[in-house]
Amino acid sequence: MSNNKLRKVDVIFSPYSVAPYEILKNTMRRPKDEVVQELIDSGLRGRGGAGFPTGLKWKFAKQQQSDQKYVICNADEGEPGTFKDRKLLVEVPRKVISGMAICAWVIGATKGYIYLRREYRYLIQDIEKELDLYHKHAAEIGLDFKIEIFLGAGAYVCGEETALIESMEGKRGEPRNKPPYPIQSGYLGKPTVVNNVETFASATMVCRIGANEYKKFGTDDQHGSKLFSISGDSPKEGVHELELGMSLEDFANEFGDGDTKAVQVGGVAGFCIPRKKFKTTIIGEGNTTGGSTMIFNSTRSMYNVLHNYLDFFSEESCGQCTPCRIGTQQLLKGIEAVKSGKKPPEYLDQLVKLSETMRLTSKCGLGQSVTNSFSSIVKNFREEMIY
Amino acid sequence: MAELVKLNIDGIDVQIEKGQSILDAAKKVNIRIPTLCHHEDLCVAGNCRVCVVEQEGRNTLTPSCATPAEEGMVIKTSTPKVRRARKDLMALLVSEHNTQCTTCYRSTNCELQDLAAEYNVDNNIYLSVLKEDLEIDKSSWSIEKDDSKCIRCQRCVRTCAELQHVNALAVTERGRDMKISTFMHLPMNEIVCTNCGQCITHCPTGALTERRYYDEIWEAIDDPEKHVVINTAPSVRVALGEMLGFPVGTRVTGKMVTALKKMGFDSVLDTDFSADLTIIEEANELLQRLKDALVHKKDVALPMITSCSPGWVKFIEHMYPEHLAHLSSCKSPQQMFGALTKTYYAEKKGIDPSKIISVAGMPCAAKKYEANRPEMRDSGYHDVDAGLTTREIGHMIKQSGINFLELEDSNFDSIMGESSGAGVIFGATGGVMEAALRTAYFVITGRPVPFDNLNITPVRGLKGIKETSVKFENCLPEYSFLEGVEAKFAIAHGLINARQIMDQIVAGESPYHFIEIMACPGGCIGGGGQPIPTNDEIRKKRIKAIYDEDMNKPIRMSHENPEIIKIYEDFLQKPLGEKSHHLLHTKYRKRKRY
Amino acid sequence: MAEVKELVNELVDKYGRERKSLLPILQGIHLERNYLSKEAMLEVAKQLDLSAAEIYGTASFYSFLDTKADGKYKIRVCKSITCEMKGKSDIIKTLEDMLKIKVGETTEGKRFSLLETNCLGLCDQGPAMLINEEYYTKLTAAKVRKILGEYIRNKY
Repeated sequence: MSNNKLRKVDVIFSPYSVAPYEILKNTMRRPKDEVVQELIDSGLRGRGGAGFPTGLKWKFAKQQQSDQKYVICNADEGEPGTFKDRKLLVEVPRKVISGMAICAWVIGATKGYIYLRREYRYLIQDIEKELDLYHKHAAEIGLDFKIEIFLGAGAYVCGEETALIESMEGKRGEPRNKPPYPIQSGYLGKPTVVNNVETFASATMVCRIGANEYKKFGTDDQHGSKLFSISGDSPKEGVHELELGMSLEDFANEFGDGDTKAVQVGGVAGFCIPRKKFKTTIIGEGNTTGGSTMIFNSTRSMYNVLHNYLDFFSEESCGQCTPCRIGTQQLLKGIEAVKSGKKPPEYLDQLVKLSETMRLTSKCGLGQSVTNSFSSIVKNFREEMIY
Repeated sequence: MAELVKLNIDGIDVQIEKGQSILDAAKKVNIRIPTLCHHEDLCVAGNCRVCVVEQEGRNTLTPSCATPAEEGMVIKTSTPKVRRARKDLMALLVSEHNTQCTTCYRSTNCELQDLAAEYNVDNNIYLSVLKEDLEIDKSSWSIEKDDSKCIRCQRCVRTCAELQHVNALAVTERGRDMKISTFMHLPMNEIVCTNCGQCITHCPTGALTERRYYDEIWEAIDDPEKHVVINTAPSVRVALGEMLGFPVGTRVTGKMVTALKKMGFDSVLDTDFSADLTIIEEANELLQRLKDALVHKKDVALPMITSCSPGWVKFIEHMYPEHLAHLSSCKSPQQMFGALTKTYYAEKKGIDPSKIISVAGMPCAAKKYEANRPEMRDSGYHDVDAGLTTREIGHMIKQSGINFLELEDSNFDSIMGESSGAGVIFGATGGVMEAALRTAYFVITGRPVPFDNLNITPVRGLKGIKETSVKFENCLPEYSFLEGVEAKFAIAHGLINARQIMDQIVAGESPYHFIEIMACPGGCIGGGGQPIPTNDEIRKKRIKAIYDEDMNKPIRMSHENPEIIKIYEDFLQKPLGEKSHHLLHTKYRKRKRY
Repeated sequence: MAEVKELVNELVDKYGRERKSLLPILQGIHLERNYLSKEAMLEVAKQLDLSAAEIYGTASFYSFLDTKADGKYKIRVCKSITCEMKGKSDIIKTLEDMLKIKVGETTEGKRFSLLETNCLGLCDQGPAMLINEEYYTKLTAAKVRKILGEYIRNKY
């Protein structure tokens, strides 16, 4: 794939040129299947991290027969280095809410929730005001879909959709066995669509501009624009909306401080890319659907970075499954042992294998994705791990 | 007919009902997949991950216990990838575990140990992440909790919730600090725990064990001053053999008695004797309550509920403290036995009761706690000095070097060693009810209970709640108030079923007159002190052995037991009499619900 | 005691008696009382017909539900990687010096508790911290001294 020139775009954060609730109203005049197909054609994938095609998710949920269905907006944005959902909820909440309403209308849900992470409690009042406004509009256009805020209580793993549902049901936020998936049996056992904040906002924009327009952004196999939360050693920290499919080199040139050593894409659950691989790396859907990009310059110790991640994982693992609960502790203790000379450098290879076991056997995405950052840092910065 | 799905496991086509797991399908074709968090009695957790298999078309491994079999699935259960992953998982569990297996009570009967050995796990491959500040909770009379041996499979938590509906144990904290604990980490003796010990029999390792008392017993046996008496419950004899080389369901009554004698117990007696006694007292108590209600129009608590199961008793004390009046005031057979050992037995044998050590061999963990209830000192001494589980007795027999397989049979000593078949069936769910009906019906009508061979089959079996009714006709004059009355009975085992029965009572909707409740699924044969494993297949075999023992007894109704007749003549005088009241009946207390 | 009962009653009336109401109820108690006392959890258990151990197990899963009484002001300093890179340890040190406690401890008289927390979602403005519901970003030692000084002076 060629290096796309970095293009900043302005789809999601564009001002309300057409009011989101007008988009909702207009969309509701179209056949539901057509709207679902539009979303499928747009190539929009979930913007939370797992990257499941949004249109398909809605299609499956629509097909479920049930007396009750739910739409949940996942605003449990806990991935270190991610803060785009906060900005969306502050700046364009109506696009998010409209996306939820369109989804509810499509699948036949009458109840929705915004699962807001506890750390964002200060946003509640403003969102509630927006919800009041939405409910008025919904009444006017005859849409029977009510939205409430559900406040999380502080647990990263609740960003995993089944853990989020458990949490809403008043339980420990432990991910469920899948299948069944939430679209089959979700909140209170009913078909449930859980999408990320940005996904709903993007869905609104797909409905506004159409799949063809939307697909003009990005590359042949990665469509649309995407929000990137940029932090670390960057003079331009913040949320930026970019086209998908750019090379990491262009990205680092634009956002780095001129001394970029590595970029962590996709949050701590994603990959750490060293400078030597910038040219060949495309920031694509496989590694960045969550959109966290943390930039490290040459003053940073990658051992410290990895240590910080592993400490995070071993605290935020729910603890129920063996590979994740014990594996995260072993990786943390293991790199400490290598660094202090208690274990030989070759022990790192054992640990990489362990992280692969975690990928293969963990119950949910948390444990499965630890290997991404672990093996990419250990392999690319091995010397720093040892000396 | 349920929908079937066809899948392929290791090259073999398997058809199985939709909704069954890959693990179930593999079992069907004799493919063994290792498991740890899985237990037949419990819902699926899917958290240990050792049952992972390769599923075609997936790039991660699939937990076979937690994944429903689907049409067209292609599964491989033993590929290099699978074996490596399992071995790694075992190594992780071992790294979090206190691996001092040599001194562990569950050594050689531990699922973690078995699998670690099977996969030849290298203990040094990973660093130890065992928490250093863990202390064994020995606060309970019945249960020891050693977190250093816990693998967080949550079988105990699910047992306490799903089988018992007690929820004394819960998963607490998160991540590396996640553990199995109690409300605010209170010690086991300060919580709602019923001491039923089902968590022990469902624990794959030595994290939950019964508090052991056999060292004290050995000491007493070796003390020439002490006269050590043991009585063993009916369920012990149908399960003990499992620990000592016999197939499940073998009755080893005679060998057990011989072994206990060889070990040096001064007298080996039968709890079935006091089970028969319980029946006399309890049947009379029931008749008294019915008479008070029907004739004297008194406000008595009906239905009456059995009180033999100390786990159940503690459950109602915690969960339904306002409804204790429904409990029969009869002590359990163990406690009746203890009270009589240090009075009647001591008197008859001419032994100073202060020199008697009274031991109860029980299928139960809660019996240890029951023996230590402060009210259980009616003989003037500690009525029961110690309760041993079937497992402890098995251990003691092994410690003595006795070749159990080759032992000759012998009979229980006397006095208090004679029993009827009715006393025997106490061990199975429904057994107390059946025994009580055999006697009550006879007392009321002068005729045997109208069931073929005295076998009241509706009260038998593993259904959670069973019911039956009996119509009294042609009653003896003394019981004419029951003429034409159709009495209704229910039996529940497993405390989750007890809860249903109690909720009915609380709502004022209970149609029953008399209810038998046992804390443990299957009754005492499935008790928390029984050999591990216990599952429905094993429960059924033990139950069969119990009923076989009953059929082999010449006397099958409690009131016909000659020793029972004699104890009333010589000592107790009459059922519910003053002496009975003092020695054989008790009171209950309200407890907090946490 | 009676008060806790009233509070739980109010919350149960508002959110319902089903298990799904548990988190809002616990959060409601937390908001009023700053932590979940034994009595409060037992009352919730009673009202929702849940076991006390399960309530505790659920509460202890979440970082923002405390089951022991600690500081009136809870200072949560973000320890995620970008905040660490931007000088989190200086912030912690400043706070420790001012409060004369270590991370994880509470000042005498239970005024302040000092905690580290995982990502606050303020990575572009690190180092960041929360004091109860107020967030503070782009912290420096000097800024922390000023902020905390105000708490000590005005809100003590």
